[in-house]
Amino acid sequence: MSVPLLSVNNLTMRFGGLTAVDSVSFDVHRDHITAVIGPNGAGKTTAFNCITGFYKPTDGQIVLTHADDSVFKLEEMEDFRISQTAKVARTFQNIRLFGGMTVLENLMIAQHNRLMRASLYTLAGIFNTPSYQRAQKIAKEKAEFWMDRVGITDRADDPAAALPYGAQRKLEIARAMCTDPVLLCLDEPAAGLNPRESEELNTLLRSIRDTNKVGILLIEHDMSVVMEISDHIIVLDYGRKISDGTATEVRNDPAVIKAYLGVVED
Amino acid sequence: MHYFLQQLINGITLGSIYGLIAIGYTMVYGIIGMINFAHGDVFMVGSFVSLITIIIFGITGTSNVFLGIGVLVLVAAISMVIAGIYGWTIERLAYRPLRGSFRLAPLITAIGVSIFLQNFVQATQGARVKPLQAIISGGFTLLSSDDFVVRITYMQILIVVLTFLLMAGFTYLISKTSLGRAQRACEQDMKMAMLLGIDVNTTISTTFVIGAALAAVAGLMYLLYYGVIDFYIGFSAGIKAFTAAVLGGVGSLPGAMLGGLVIGLIEVFFAAYFSSEYKDVAAFSMLIVVLIFMPQGLLGRPEIEKV
Amino acid sequence: MSQNDQSISKVLPILKRSVVATFIAFFLFLPTLGIKTAASGGVDGLFLQYRWPLLAIGCGLVFFGRIAYELMSSNKEGKQQKQAAPSALARALGSSKVAKAVAPLLLVFGLIFPFLPSSDRYILDLGILIITYVMLGWGLQIVVGLAGLLDLGYVAFYAVGAYSYALLSIHFGFGFWMCLPLAGLLAATWGVVLGFPVLRLRGDYLAIVTLAFGEIIRVVLLNWRSFTGGSNGLSSIPRPSFFGLPFNQEPGGFAATFGLEYSSLQRIIFLYFLILALAIFTYFVTGRLRRLPIGRAWEALREDEIACRSLGINTVNTKLSAFAIGAMFGGFAGSFFAAKQAFVSPESFNFMESATILAIVVLGGMSSQLGVVFSAIAMVGGVELLRQLQFLKVIFGADFDPSQLRLLLFGLAMVLMMLWRPRGLVSTRTPTVFLKDKKTVSAAMISQGRG
Repeated sequence: MSVPLLSVNNLTMRFGGLTAVDSVSFDVHRDHITAVIGPNGAGKTTAFNCITGFYKPTDGQIVLTHADDSVFKLEEMEDFRISQTAKVARTFQNIRLFGGMTVLENLMIAQHNRLMRASLYTLAGIFNTPSYQRAQKIAKEKAEFWMDRVGITDRADDPAAALPYGAQRKLEIARAMCTDPVLLCLDEPAAGLNPRESEELNTLLRSIRDTNKVGILLIEHDMSVVMEISDHIIVLDYGRKISDGTATEVRNDPAVIKAYLGVVED
Repeated sequence: MHYFLQQLINGITLGSIYGLIAIGYTMVYGIIGMINFAHGDVFMVGSFVSLITIIIFGITGTSNVFLGIGVLVLVAAISMVIAGIYGWTIERLAYRPLRGSFRLAPLITAIGVSIFLQNFVQATQGARVKPLQAIISGGFTLLSSDDFVVRITYMQILIVVLTFLLMAGFTYLISKTSLGRAQRACEQDMKMAMLLGIDVNTTISTTFVIGAALAAVAGLMYLLYYGVIDFYIGFSAGIKAFTAAVLGGVGSLPGAMLGGLVIGLIEVFFAAYFSSEYKDVAAFSMLIVVLIFMPQGLLGRPEIEKV
Repeated sequence: MSQNDQSISKVLPILKRSVVATFIAFFLFLPTLGIKTAASGGVDGLFLQYRWPLLAIGCGLVFFGRIAYELMSSNKEGKQQKQAAPSALARALGSSKVAKAVAPLLLVFGLIFPFLPSSDRYILDLGILIITYVMLGWGLQIVVGLAGLLDLGYVAFYAVGAYSYALLSIHFGFGFWMCLPLAGLLAATWGVVLGFPVLRLRGDYLAIVTLAFGEIIRVVLLNWRSFTGGSNGLSSIPRPSFFGLPFNQEPGGFAATFGLEYSSLQRIIFLYFLILALAIFTYFVTGRLRRLPIGRAWEALREDEIACRSLGINTVNTKLSAFAIGAMFGGFAGSFFAAKQAFVSPESFNFMESATILAIVVLGGMSSQLGVVFSAIAMVGGVELLRQLQFLKVIFGADFDPSQLRLLLFGLAMVLMMLWRPRGLVSTRTPTVFLKDKKTVSAAMISQGRG
C-alpha cells in the first residue's frame, strides 16, 4: 500500500499527572473512513485535538502526506496552519458554528484564506475589483454546492443558530469541506441524530470519501454508524490502543470485548 | 541599604492596602466572572466615610496607641457597614438585572457606576483634596546611620497587622464555612448550585458586601497612610489592585494578597530608584507583562482551553 | 373581601419596599449628601457641614421614585414579552431597507445643517463634536462590535493621532492633508505594537490591559515634557487652510479670495465639512470592510474563535488588523481634533473619553452604523444639554458647577441605558452576503464572543 495519508506515531499527551493518550500509533489511509472508538475517557477527543493542533502533544509524531508527496509534521504546526496549509479540517463534539451568521456566511468564512488572497488582503476588496468579484462568486458557488450536497440550501439565509440540531451537524461538515481538506476529522458526527439522519450521514460520508477523495477520521459512539461505514477501526481504552483492524476483526477481538464488557452499548 | 530597607517597609504597607482591595476583585471575578469596575470607587467612598467618622470622633495626633486603635476599629466598622451597603446596592441595581445578559453589558454598567460614584462624591464633597492629620503618630527607629534613619511607624505596623488579620479571617471564612462552600459552588457552576438549593443571589450579594467592606478598610488605611484623599483615588488604586488580583491568580485570596504586595513593592521601588512620575507606568506595565507571560497568575490554577 | 382591603394588600408591600429602599438610601446618602467635609482654612484642615435638608430631599426622591417605579411596573402587563420584542425604533433601524432610506436623509441633513438659521457658532461646535464622536464610534465599532475585542483604551489612538498632527506640523511644517494619513498610519502602528503582545488574552483581561495602555500613554504624554510639553500641552498648532487659503482677514485669505465678507464662522463651517467628509469616508470604508472577507472573519472571531482556528484563519493577525484599522480611524479623528483646537494636552485623552466612545458603540448596537449615529447624538448632545442646568445652583449652592453633574448624569445614563437595552439600540445584524433574501439576524442568536 502507498504512504498513508496520516501516520500517528507514539502519540502521548499528559495533563499534569494524567496521561490521556499513551503512545498510540495508527495510520489513516487516503481512501478510507477510519473510526476511533472506545469507552468514555479513552482519550479519543484528546488524540483528535493533538492531530488538529489544538493541543500540543507531549510526545510522538503526527505526519501527514499529501498526494503530491509533500509532508507535514502536524505536531510542530500551529492549529490554524494545520487547516490552512496541511489541509486538515475538523468538526467539534459540541457543534461550533458562527451562530449569529447565516448558513451561507458560515460557508464563506471557511473559504477565508482564498478570499483574502483574492481581495489582495482587503486592498482590492475595498475597490471591489473584478477579480475579487469573480473570486467571491466562485466562493459562493462552492458554498451553494455544499449546501446542496448536505441538503440545507433552503436555509441558506437563516442564522446558523436557528437551524435544527441535525442541520447544524450537516452545516458543520459542509463548512469543513469548504476548506478543501485532504483529511476530514469528525468528532462524534452522529451524536444526537435520529436514525434517519444517521443514515443520511452515512451516505454523505461515503460519498465524500468516494467522490472527493478525502480521507475521513471520525470518533463515534454510535456503533451502527461505525460498523457500517468504517473501513478501518482503532479502539482506545485508558489512553492506549487495544485493537486495530477492520470492523469484523475489531468486533471479535477479545481485548475489545473485555473493554466494553459491562458497558451497555446501544 | 538603609534606604532600601525603608522602601521595603513602605512598599509592604502600600502593598497591604492594594491586597485588601484586590480581594474584592478576585472574589467577584471568581464568582460571576466580571470585573467589578466600580470596586475602586467603593474603596474611595470607604475612604471618605472613614474621613467623616474620624472627624466626628475628633481624634487626631494622639500618641496613645490604644486609644487610637480603639477609635480606628470603630471607624473601620462604620466604614465597612456603609461601604458594604454601597456594594450591595450596586450589585442589586446595576449588575443583577444584567446577569446572564449580553457579556459586555455588566462591564459597561460597572464603568457607568464608577463614573457616577466619582462624580457623586465630587459633587457632594467637593473636588479639592482632603487632608487629615496623622491619628497615631510615632514609631520605632530600626536603624540609623549618619545621614539616614530607617523608621517603621505605628501606623505602618497597624496597617500590615490588620491586613494580615483580615486576610486570615476571610481565608478561613471562604475555606471553612458554608458561605465559602456556597461561593465556591457558584464559581464552579451557578446553575447546578441553584438546583442544589444554594441561594445564589444571596451568595453573590454577600460576596459584594464582603469585598466592599474590605475595600473600605483599605480606604481607611489609605487615608491614614497618605493623610490625603480625593474623589479620584479609586481609579488608579482600582487598576493597581486589579493588577494585584490578576498577578496573584484570579480567584485566589492569598494570591490577591501576594499580588498586592508585589505591586506595592514595585511601585515604591520604582518611585524610589527611577522616577516617581512614571511609577504608575511601572505598575501598569507589570500588569501587561504578567498577563502575557503568566495569565494564570502566581497562585492561580492554569486554564486548559476546552475544545 | 372588600375593595378597600384589596387595595391595601396591594399598597402595603409597595410601601414596605419603598421604606426599605429609603432606609438603605439614607445610609448611602448620609456620608455624601448629608455630611460634607469642608476646609476651614486653618492648619487642622477640615470640619463637617451637616446638610440635613439635602439628605431629606435625597431620601424623599428615593422613596417616591421607588413608589413610582412599583406602580409603573405593576401596570405593565406582560413585562417579559415587552422586553423580548425590540422597540419600533430599533426594529426600523435594524431593517436594512429603512437604514438605506435613513442614511441619505441624515447625510442631507448633515450637509445643510451649517446653513440652517439656528446654527450659530455654539451649535456648529456641538455638531462638530458629535460627528467626531460618530467617527470615533465607527472606528471602535470594528474592534468592539465586529471583532468582539473589548478595548477600554481607544482614546490612546486618538491621542497618538492628535499629537502626531501637532508635532509634525509644529516641527516639520506639514499641512493637514499630509499629516492626516501619517497620523492614521502612526496610530495603526501603535495599534499593532500594543496589540501584538496582548491579543491572545481573553476578553476581560484584554479590556483591563487596553485600559492600562491608555493610562500609560497619558502618563507618558504628561511627563515627557521636552517632547509633548507635559501638562501644558502643545499650543500654536497651525490651523488647516482651505487648499492653501488661510481663514483670516488678510488679502490672501479665504474670504478675500472668494469675495466674501470675513467672518470667523467660515473657519468653523470649513471644519464642520472637514469632519463630515472624514466621517463619510469612515462610514463607507468601515461599511465596506464589514462585507469583505476580513470583516466576516472579524465577526466569526467574535462568534467562535476556536472554530475560526479550525478553519485556518490566523486569529492573531485577524485581531491585529481589527485593532490596527480601528486605531487608524482613531488617529484620523485625533488629527482632526488637534487641527480644530490648535492645542492638545493630555487632559483631553483621559479614560472618560474612552468610556464615552465605548458607551456610544455599545448603546448604538454592536454592528449597526446608524445606531452609532443616534447614540452619539443622544450621549454627546443630550449630555451637553445638561450644561444648561443652571437652576441646580439653587439646590447645591452658588459655587456649584453644573458641569460636574453632567458627568454624574452621564454615568447614571450609561447604567440606565444598559439596563434598558443591554444590546444597544439596534441589536440585530444584517448578513454580509445572501443567496435569496437578506433577513436580519435577531439579537438572541448573536454571540458576544470571549474577546
